[in-house]
Amino acid sequence: MAVERRGKLIIGLIVACLILIIKIFVIQIVDDKYKINSSNNSMVYEIIYPTRGVIYDRNGEILVGNKMAYDIMVTPREVTPFDTLLLAKTLGTTPEFIRSKMAEYKRDRKKIGFQSVVMMKQVDADTYTSFAEISYLFPGIKGQTRSIRYYPVNAGGNLLGYVSEVDGDYIKKHPDEYRPGDYAGKTGIEASRENDLRGEKGYSIYLRNSKNQIQSRYNDGSLDKEAVPGKDIVTTIDATLQQYGQNLMKNKVGSLVAIEPETGEILALISSPGIDVEQLGEIRKYYSKIAADPYKPMFNRAVQAYYPPGSVFKLVNGLICLQEGTLKETDVYPCYKGYTYATDRKLGCHNHASPLSLQNAIMNSCNAYFCYALRAMLENRKYSSIGEALEKWNEYVNSFGFGHKLGSDFPYELSGTIPSSKTYNKYYGKGRWRFATIVSISIGQGEIGATPLQIANLSAIIANRGWYKIPHLIKDSPNLTIDPKYKEKVYTMVDTTQFQKVIPGMWKAVNAGWGSGATASIASVPGLDICGKTGTAQNPHGADNSVFICFAPMDNPKIAVAAYVENAGFGASWAAPIASLLVEKYLNGEISRPELEDRVLEGDLMSKVKVK
Amino acid sequence: MGSYSSSRGIRHSYDWKLIGIYLALVLIGLANIYSSVISSEPSSIFDTSVRSGMQCIWIATSFGLAVLILFIIPARIWETGSIPFYLGVVFLLFAVIFVGSEVKGSHSWFSFGAVKFQPAEISKITTSLVLALIMSQPGFKMAKFGDFAKIALIIGLPMLAILAEKETGSALVYIGFLFVLYREGMSGWILTFIGIIIVLFIVTLTVSPFTAILVLISAILAFNLLQTSHRAINILIAAAVIIALAIIKSINLTLILALAAIPALLYYAYRKRNSFIIASVIAGVVGILFVFSTDIIFNKVLGDHQRKRIEVLLGMKEDPSGVGYNVNQSMIAIGSGGFTGKGYLEGTQTSYGFVPEQSTDFIFCTVGEEWGFVGCLFVISLYFMLILRIINDAEKSREHFTRIYGYCVAACLFMHLFINIGMTIGIMPVIGIPLPMMSYGGSSLWAFTIMIFIFLVLDHQEKKYF
Repeated sequence: MAVERRGKLIIGLIVACLILIIKIFVIQIVDDKYKINSSNNSMVYEIIYPTRGVIYDRNGEILVGNKMAYDIMVTPREVTPFDTLLLAKTLGTTPEFIRSKMAEYKRDRKKIGFQSVVMMKQVDADTYTSFAEISYLFPGIKGQTRSIRYYPVNAGGNLLGYVSEVDGDYIKKHPDEYRPGDYAGKTGIEASRENDLRGEKGYSIYLRNSKNQIQSRYNDGSLDKEAVPGKDIVTTIDATLQQYGQNLMKNKVGSLVAIEPETGEILALISSPGIDVEQLGEIRKYYSKIAADPYKPMFNRAVQAYYPPGSVFKLVNGLICLQEGTLKETDVYPCYKGYTYATDRKLGCHNHASPLSLQNAIMNSCNAYFCYALRAMLENRKYSSIGEALEKWNEYVNSFGFGHKLGSDFPYELSGTIPSSKTYNKYYGKGRWRFATIVSISIGQGEIGATPLQIANLSAIIANRGWYKIPHLIKDSPNLTIDPKYKEKVYTMVDTTQFQKVIPGMWKAVNAGWGSGATASIASVPGLDICGKTGTAQNPHGADNSVFICFAPMDNPKIAVAAYVENAGFGASWAAPIASLLVEKYLNGEISRPELEDRVLEGDLMSKVKVK
Repeated sequence: MGSYSSSRGIRHSYDWKLIGIYLALVLIGLANIYSSVISSEPSSIFDTSVRSGMQCIWIATSFGLAVLILFIIPARIWETGSIPFYLGVVFLLFAVIFVGSEVKGSHSWFSFGAVKFQPAEISKITTSLVLALIMSQPGFKMAKFGDFAKIALIIGLPMLAILAEKETGSALVYIGFLFVLYREGMSGWILTFIGIIIVLFIVTLTVSPFTAILVLISAILAFNLLQTSHRAINILIAAAVIIALAIIKSINLTLILALAAIPALLYYAYRKRNSFIIASVIAGVVGILFVFSTDIIFNKVLGDHQRKRIEVLLGMKEDPSGVGYNVNQSMIAIGSGGFTGKGYLEGTQTSYGFVPEQSTDFIFCTVGEEWGFVGCLFVISLYFMLILRIINDAEKSREHFTRIYGYCVAACLFMHLFINIGMTIGIMPVIGIPLPMMSYGGSSLWAFTIMIFIFLVLDHQEKKYF
């Protein structure tokens, strides 16, 4: 028995050894998988970072370019004792900093292994040059060039957005695309066009030997990959106009948007207060300061804030009533300092001649006129109830680009709010509201909320006599084609012929002359034929908001503008001058009204704005 | 093996071939330790600030121990002193749990300043000695319950202490003593049953409990059928039943059928006085219970890190950068060696620090990478010859004590060999135990040296007297 058992045990031993040998045979000789993996380990991929795409304005001026910066890299395993004082002096830092960094690398040496780590980020070119001259004294320490963003003009900080190093969350959200140390656009165009701007990383492959020394280029570099630079982007922005608009809006809270009506291209879009490009370049330094600013400079009011449009919305109501046939160009309504909608309630109006026709009502911005007009539309017998009529009104308003996202190329555009019968059924109960309840929508107040971009788009619609192209920020360029939707005309539900009936009113509002009762005489520029409409929107937090839309010239308009200034009072006091100066600058290239310009540039309304 | 019968002079009375294999493994180990540390910290092989230099010291002291054992210490002491040695070491094993210093999560090291010492390494030797002593007593019978219990206690006590020290790997080595017990008369069915249990564990986790039960029933039927005379028909019937169950795929139905079959089988066995069937039924019930408790064992009894290692091993989870990292890197290193390897000191995987624990538990990676399949085959052959030689010498000895001790040494070497290399090539979970003689470390090298040289001196002792 003993011998038999010994035999069985020896057979077992042989089988076990064979199992080991067969498995080793498989992984060493049969299966290629492990060899491929192994070459990944012994090949060194040196990443070549692409240059990021340049962002141009509509005239070919560079808004965002690239410049070289130098990171000081350390490969702790290759470092030999060196002159700490000399290195510190050369790099413009303290010996303590270098010592603490070296101590840190020593502590983390297991984790770092043979990798290189960044000791100093973005040192300037002079420092780098003086280091490079003596870098042979510091084995294991070298400079790595990297292109960073630079901004030749201070235009459009909020639109452009910033680029910063990706963090763990970002890498998780974009698996396989980014590695630690990569940079990515985080806001604005840099973020929305990240895929075009970033380009493709390339690499050079080197082989290292068992001493971890780089031996040679792998396969003579035939498998290396060139970095593909990012695509350049041409924006619709006019840098000069954008910069001028920023100056006009300085020390004011609000938005200023200019659109080329024919194309829907945004010429300037200012959200004030905003971010200076200088801050974008060094976002890490400024981030906490920006985040703590009570005026929220990072917040793009032009697309992300919605406001009551105020009297500029009378144009929409007037056009809807004309289309519905309940209002004729020639209809006149009286105004006794307002519109009495209940025995003891009156929606006030200012002093002006009475009664007025449509054009004069626009020119004078008569509240009562548009209350009568909208009432006639909403109480039209054609509709079974005011609810049904309001639904129709809502449809019309939506066709003007309100109440929904326009679909522009801003990543975080908001939709605004336009009330429907559902809204009021919820507030008051079905059948328990009537025109008197919702009278304030006649003058663009109440439940109406619109973004400055939508208001500017309204201006473009009127300028085009009834259609718009979705406002957008990026133009076609040789290596980039934008979505065709930006080239399609979107018509409103109001016939183009109706627009001719309101535009003379807008012309008069600006150009009828002082004493005529026109609300926007201050915006008049001889020869430009500006057509405009003021608005004074109630703001529950302090003084009224000053609103103005305009386009010019009247025939074949080149620019449509909306200005919205929070807590600045009448439309004519700040919004109208700002918008008209912008139009004048764009069309004439110079300003004929230096006193008005000085007043606007120096005006400081920040104290009027309440911040939480 | 001519040495034993032809001559009794000192030159021939020691098993010099065995010593030669031992030396070869020690030196191969040193060369590979040097290779695994050289590129990260280039220096001479004798520089004691790095591991290869320290290993030289361990090797020199081991040789000193070998000389002591062979020529100075009286050989009788291993038999007469085995019980005190054993008790002393068991005491240390338990003491170290409370006063030992923590190394990588386990409380198994005594520290005396710079010198560290792991009693678990020594306890393999003392346990082997006591096992040899008890089992070589006249009148010892494995089948006697009292004797069997004694042996279970001798093996179980240090194993328990080592488990409590969280040195699971070292505890696993004690399972190797089952081979010794088998050689000394324990039923082979116990080994078979343990094998089946391991298979059930793996099948339950990777396929399903139902498949595991089918495997169990098939195995039991197969073993029973091999004992009967009407094989062909019975095998057909059994195969039909298993296939039917596999098609029905109902675990409940299978269990009901199995339960119903038990009384019938027991009655049949009683009538036929067939104890094999009774044992089969018991094995079946235990096996089924085991299948149902696998989840609990896996999730509750095993520690988190053990569970993860098993999950990675069985391919239940892919985790190449976490728990699976070691194994993945180790397999890459070995795999990249190809047939003849990259050449000595030319390995890139092991010397860049891709493989962790490269000079201790993963020393085999350096062999695989730099010496390729040829080197692996050579090293495994050396171990095979070492174990085979010990078994053959043991079989030839007249003293039961020497034979049993020899088998214990062979079993320990085998367990270390299989678990360690198995781990580096991904067929065993990552269990940190050293490769005998080759891995870096004083404790381990000393222990194996003492263990092997005690056997050599015992073997020599016999040749002297007969």
